Amino acid sequence: MAHVILRHRDIPNINTVDVYKKNGGFEAFKNAVKKMKPEEVTTVVKNSGLRGRGGAGFPTGMKWQFMDNKNWPHYVVANADESEPGTFKDREIMEQNPFQFLEGVALASYAVGANAAYIYLRGEFWQVAAYLDEKIAEMEKAGYLGDKLFGTDYSLRIYTHLGAGAYICGEETALLESIEGKRGQPRVRPPFPPSFGLYGKPTVVNNVETLANVPLIMANGADWYKSMGTADSAGVKIFSLSGRVKKPGNYELPFGKTFRDLIYGEGGGIMDDRPIKAIMPAGASSSFIIADDKALDTLLEYAAVRTLGADLGSASVIVIDDTVSIEWVISRTIHFFKHESCGKCTTCREGNHWMNSILHRMDHQIKKEDVDLLYNVAKQMQGKCLCALGEFATMAVVTGIERFPADFKAN
Amino acid sequence: MSLAEKYPKEVKQLLSKYPPEQKRSAVMPLLHLVQLEEGYVTKDAMRDIAKTLEITETEVASIIGFYTLYHDEKAGKYRMQVCNDLPCALRGADAFLEALCGNLGIKVGETTPDGMITIEAVTCLASCDRAPMFQVQGPNGIEYHDNMTIDRTMELVEALKKSGKEVK
Repeated sequence: MAHVILRHRDIPNINTVDVYKKNGGFEAFKNAVKKMKPEEVTTVVKNSGLRGRGGAGFPTGMKWQFMDNKNWPHYVVANADESEPGTFKDREIMEQNPFQFLEGVALASYAVGANAAYIYLRGEFWQVAAYLDEKIAEMEKAGYLGDKLFGTDYSLRIYTHLGAGAYICGEETALLESIEGKRGQPRVRPPFPPSFGLYGKPTVVNNVETLANVPLIMANGADWYKSMGTADSAGVKIFSLSGRVKKPGNYELPFGKTFRDLIYGEGGGIMDDRPIKAIMPAGASSSFIIADDKALDTLLEYAAVRTLGADLGSASVIVIDDTVSIEWVISRTIHFFKHESCGKCTTCREGNHWMNSILHRMDHQIKKEDVDLLYNVAKQMQGKCLCALGEFATMAVVTGIERFPADFKAN
Repeated sequence: MSLAEKYPKEVKQLLSKYPPEQKRSAVMPLLHLVQLEEGYVTKDAMRDIAKTLEITETEVASIIGFYTLYHDEKAGKYRMQVCNDLPCALRGADAFLEALCGNLGIKVGETTPDGMITIEAVTCLASCDRAPMFQVQGPNGIEYHDNMTIDRTMELVEALKKSGKEVK
């Protein structure tokens, strides 16, 4: 099947204006601005069943409808912070198929009446930001961005904004704080960005992959998009596959394939043909899935993965084989979360600090009382953190101890 | 020389990205800009940014302290930032980092005696399928180096040392 998002794999040079145009590029945006009302664009996206690809899976069209129309100006912000360990899909989209992403930003902007959009990139994507700046300039030159587009009164500018190394800025309100020139610490929600966002104005924040879906949805219709995937999860998803597999990488699949298709089909199976042990379906923020036959035959869609006691999240699938101890894995993930906790809420700042200290001790020797203490700290953090970061940190700890008790036996 | 005198074009262009009453938004891009020069943000530059954006020096300092890519102390001309987070560690990043340190004769966090290379261990860089990998932060910004071997990394180190001397 031809790719929907990773179209550069089928169409060489789609990163040039000419080739992108020859393949239908910018038509959806031009058509929307010239012939459609903004709310009609939102309706198509809503009917397509597209859900946020950054991890939360929130219906995209509904998010756009939440924009407060009594408060102006409106902003669109593309979340290109991509910092979840195991996620590396947005980088490929921006580097290889930049115009489809930028056209998605433009369509979202038109749909919510924004005349300015920001792309927030993690600071490490320095070269990607410079590249997007070039591509934005090419669009301006070709008349797809700027003032009074296509002879209408609609104007749009897109700007890049570079972060500087902080996982928490992937959280949408921390990201907005960061654009405002502050430390990237999450705000208390509600209010949510569609009513109080950038500079206190209504703002839509969408992930790069989410936005990259929009041009083809507008070109081919909601029904076309819904014809791919499952009843629960419409369309296609990029799976970032990493860990102990033979062929790690990004794989775009319609929802509804299985973990087995992904790991053994696309990924070529486990390194050295070892037995698979566990799957982390959403990067470091995952609950562990015991990789038995039932799990491997589970459909890759939001609802089915939930039946395994885990979330699909951003679909950054980290594969663990039998050479790896789950204690070692959570020692790594907690080291990460301790480093990335923004420090604003006590639960996350202190909880991760203490989990990290306990795991350091466990790396040398596992004692039953330390396992119990670790489990207790994680359990006590749950439901008490200001944002999802603290909550995510506890998932692998709790499910690791519950589902892989042999790896936490006293030694 | 003030910021606006030194980088008139860049400062104007960066400020134009944000609404005129939201100048503070330019603090991150300006920090990236001034850091290229010395590899860290000098006290003078910090004061200059505060003045340009009409915020306090403390506010600028809080940004430098919060974000890991800003530095307030001098290190090697090139910071080699090796990812050894979970996905990279599952693909040999620990052994790579240890071998690299061994080859350079320094530990993580240290700088080579010629002041050219600092080795740092960092969290996920979104290149999990191409481990071992690292980024180099230096006078030209940040560059990724994916699917690296020790041999190719040492070649890069030699090249950086050579070009680093020419730069200064």
